[in-house]
Amino acid sequence: MKKNVWLLAAGLIAVALAPGCKPKGAQSAISGDAASKVYVAPGEYDEFYNIVSGGFNGQISVVGLPSGRVLKILPVFSVHPENGWGFSEETKPMLNTSHGFIPWDDLHHIAVSTTNAEHDARWAFANANNTPRIARIDLTTFKTVEIIEIPNSAGNHSSPFITQNTEYVVAGTRFSIPTGENQDVSIDSYKENFKGHISFIAVDKETGEMNLSFQIEAPPFNFDLARAGKNKSHGWFFFSTYNTEMAHTLLEVNASQKDKDYIMAVNWKKAEEYIKAGEGTRKKANYVHNTWNEETHTATSTMMEDVLVLDPKILKDIVYFIPCPKSPHGTDTDPTGEYIIGSGKLAAIIPVFSFTKMLAAIEAKDFEGTLDGMPVLKYESVLHGEVEKPGLGPLHTEFDGKGNAYTSMFVSSEIVKWNIETLEVLDRVPTYYSIGHLSIPGGPTGKPHGKYMVAYNKITKDRYLPTGPELAHSAQLYDISGDKMQLLLDFPTIGEPHYAEAFPASLIKDKQVKFFKIEENMHPYALKGIKDARVERKGNEVHVYITSIRSNFRPDNIEGVNVGDEVYFHVTNLEQDWDVPHGFAIKGANTGELLIMPGETSTLKWVPDRVGIFPFYCTDFCSALHQEMQGYLRVSPKGSSTELKFSTGEVE
Amino acid sequence: MKSLSTSNRILILIAALLIIPAYFTPLWQISLWAPQYPEGLNMKIWIDHLSGNVDQINGVNHYIGMNHIGDEMFPEFTYLIYVIGVLIALGIGASLIGKRWSLYSFFGLMSLFGAAVLVDMYQWGYEYGHTLDPKAAIKVEGMSYQPPLIGYKELLNFLAYSGPDTGSWILMGGVGLLILAIVRDRFQKPVLAL
Repeated sequence: MKKNVWLLAAGLIAVALAPGCKPKGAQSAISGDAASKVYVAPGEYDEFYNIVSGGFNGQISVVGLPSGRVLKILPVFSVHPENGWGFSEETKPMLNTSHGFIPWDDLHHIAVSTTNAEHDARWAFANANNTPRIARIDLTTFKTVEIIEIPNSAGNHSSPFITQNTEYVVAGTRFSIPTGENQDVSIDSYKENFKGHISFIAVDKETGEMNLSFQIEAPPFNFDLARAGKNKSHGWFFFSTYNTEMAHTLLEVNASQKDKDYIMAVNWKKAEEYIKAGEGTRKKANYVHNTWNEETHTATSTMMEDVLVLDPKILKDIVYFIPCPKSPHGTDTDPTGEYIIGSGKLAAIIPVFSFTKMLAAIEAKDFEGTLDGMPVLKYESVLHGEVEKPGLGPLHTEFDGKGNAYTSMFVSSEIVKWNIETLEVLDRVPTYYSIGHLSIPGGPTGKPHGKYMVAYNKITKDRYLPTGPELAHSAQLYDISGDKMQLLLDFPTIGEPHYAEAFPASLIKDKQVKFFKIEENMHPYALKGIKDARVERKGNEVHVYITSIRSNFRPDNIEGVNVGDEVYFHVTNLEQDWDVPHGFAIKGANTGELLIMPGETSTLKWVPDRVGIFPFYCTDFCSALHQEMQGYLRVSPKGSSTELKFSTGEVE
Repeated sequence: MKSLSTSNRILILIAALLIIPAYFTPLWQISLWAPQYPEGLNMKIWIDHLSGNVDQINGVNHYIGMNHIGDEMFPEFTYLIYVIGVLIALGIGASLIGKRWSLYSFFGLMSLFGAAVLVDMYQWGYEYGHTLDPKAAIKVEGMSYQPPLIGYKELLNFLAYSGPDTGSWILMGGVGLLILAIVRDRFQKPVLAL
């Protein structure tokens, strides 16, 4: 009897102390061959380049799929001391704005260039959210080569989105603000004085160079993600809007009141016609346009003076409003261009609109009203159908090109697969945790590459080994080639990937620049060989023309510099081979290092603050004698008359 | 004096003409591979200049004190064009003369030329591999870097290959035709003088 009592007691204690067991729910079981599907053997390459936004780190990361390995961190809006981006004299102008030099921004979205709605992967475009700008990245050098600022905008979240032949990169302002002459108005005059501007930046077909072609002045809503029409709907653009309540405070409550906000449909071909006919007003606006010249290896920053603005209240048939439930976060168009999908983040359904029906409704003037003279179409007349009970908090939709759509659900932390025609939910997979965007290679184009799907999540928690309070964001890779989605890989990401695009590696792999031809270097301080290496004084500026090659600098002994001089080291890398960069740093310089590619010239500015001998050296391991790649610079007191001397290799 | 058949005389002519590509095709090639050069480095020697990754080869070789390779390293570049020209002329002449002795002489000349080229290449290779700068940064005791004359050889972290290139193969094909002509001539039935 006593034994039983003890056993019972032991049992009760065990139950009391045992941790609560979570009932086995819909855990995503990894099937046996997931490892082989994501393993890229040594010597082989990934199938896809994945161009991933870094969010608050202001950079782009380049990842290989399916391995999930990071191939490169590409600085765009944030300074990058690792390679001198934003620190070297040549790159500083890239980060110039109408507010001056800004060392950071918030990079949310990526758009990879297309022709005929298919990826051609010549350039990637990225947005700066905080101080509105659009950047263009050259995908043969993986460098940021152009940044254009956007006037009359605030919170550049609704960007960048491209038209199907990359005619335009479009950026919508997130916040409406007062523009024009009088901007000093009281905040509660929001409805009267605030405006939303949508910018159309033209892209040169050959060079890719951007130019702010025109803006459309829209009502003071908040603008969120958009998509260009493609194929069938090429010529139109669809923007999700929220806060059509036009609230200016406590939007959490005040912007969630109306049952429906709008998808703003813009007929940009019509806008082009108006511009050709001389319509629109040129309004004064200061914004900066920065371009990188790969021949001179230098950036220039130009201040622009005005912008062409179209008023759709006056110029008819450019803007139409389609009601869309509950504060939509995104609008996506399917590969055929027929279906326009709204994601009402607070809605319990996904509305799918038909482009054909929209045109018919416009033709038949099937309006439920107007907004400032701009027609508001009838919801039912444009609607193809609603996806019922897909999940909670739909955000973004991508496509596999087989007639299926995949929508991310932030609140229920999953991805839902559904058929666009039948609106039937086909499958769902959990994401870990709270997915924001998803990305399918070629997903937003007219010809998705399909095969894989990546979920970019906002919450990491226990997915990987913990690293203190600040964790990397998590991502999962899924196989979508079959009927059911299959989880393959879970990997941490760089920064906060908001969105990414992926395309087959074969598109650009063999077009990569391996080094710059030294004969083509037109930098004003470039050296084509070692014989002109020298130091010149111009007043209190000292210009050092210095070469770097395995394994020496010329000159490597420099004398005659004084405290307070502005010393410019113009370093030319004379190598003409693949993967032989040289670095450059000098003791005590208040700047990042230089990382100079073969055939390139780059400049580090240094103002010596004290007397002494300062060593400089190559910072990137370049050769067996990398440790010997060094030099000395003598700094004499201010105003001293030490003779300017420079040399290399005296016989001991 | 034994006359050659027309067909054999044509063979001599073709052999002579096959020397012409030597003017516009590479004659010799040297290749190098190393773990950090998976793509390989390649240098081609033409009748009067060099091509290929000469700069890169110089870049890696200067550490071990080897001389700088450039066009000026090969005095052959100044006179080879004439030597080849003379050979072609003599070959055409041999074909026109059309006698057994002219065939044998031309063949002998070509063989001598081939041997001279090999001897010359060997000497260059020896000089290049053994003449090392005493102030070189990397010195491996007792090591010299003579590239192979024909074939493969391992030199420190590099695998080197040396061998004939397109122009030389064509030329050798021509010499093959001369051998064919000699053999045919020796074994053909005597021409009946009518």
